[in-house]
Amino acid sequence: MISGLFFYLFALVLIGSATATLCVRQPVHAVLFLILAFFNAAGVFLTLGAEFLAFILLIVYVGAVAVLFLFVVMMLDVRTGPPVPALKRFGKLGLGIGALLGGQLVTLALLWPSSPAVITSPTVHLVHNTEALGRVLYTDYFLPFQISGLVLLVAIIGAIVLTMGPRRAIKRQNTSQQMATNPADVVQLKQVGIGEGAE
Amino acid sequence: MIESLLTIGLGHYLALAGMLLALGLVGVIVSRRNVIVALMSIEIMLLAVNINLVAFSSFGANLGGQVFAMIVLTVAAAESAIGLAILVLAYRLRGSAALDDLSDMKG
Repeated sequence: MISGLFFYLFALVLIGSATATLCVRQPVHAVLFLILAFFNAAGVFLTLGAEFLAFILLIVYVGAVAVLFLFVVMMLDVRTGPPVPALKRFGKLGLGIGALLGGQLVTLALLWPSSPAVITSPTVHLVHNTEALGRVLYTDYFLPFQISGLVLLVAIIGAIVLTMGPRRAIKRQNTSQQMATNPADVVQLKQVGIGEGAE
Repeated sequence: MIESLLTIGLGHYLALAGMLLALGLVGVIVSRRNVIVALMSIEIMLLAVNINLVAFSSFGANLGGQVFAMIVLTVAAAESAIGLAILVLAYRLRGSAALDDLSDMKG
């Protein structure tokens, strides 16, 4: 019964902060509400018994992705100006589509034949969640695991290649140009007498 | 009545995920001036999918849902990194981060 209260608490704050993300004027506030939403989603995962995934959500989503959002928001001058006339037309359309989709999903979900939760039965907790995931991830789901590593590699390469342009103001060595110069073009040997200066 | 409201079944989690999905979709449609809010709405939609997957994994006693949710998490992180890199580049090239101004390929 108490876990039911926790679910309602986490769910209400989650939906509230997700709504606030869309409605708030300042983008920094929107990112902070998104972080609050992720925290409450981690709480929802905890009520489901997925402890590893809850904390991975905090470490990866909040600690990496949301911080990246904060960096970009603080770096760019993202100003939400006065709403464009197109916003007034698309605002109603967007709300209509959202209400339609949300209404359909919620109606379908609440009519779902519900069974008592498996997580309340004691035999499930023979090993804890992390160990169970480890037993399954590296054996049965080994191929998706490796492919997700490849996905991350491609994402890293893509992000670096996109944002690494020629930097105009930085002087750096151009090794190939240095190796390709002819010494005869840049160095000259002069015979200088004693007491005379070189010209 | 309170007891039946407080025993959380699968439908509650699915309804929560459905509402979050609809919220994310509204955010993507409504944010015309602000690309950051659109990217964050996509993250909210992916979070809804994760809640759905973990709920089915927990109520069906199958760990495949949680593994799938981890893969979705990985792909979401990669996609938001690339999306933000594109946003930074677009801002650097044309000085504005509004979705309406990125219409060069419009025929």
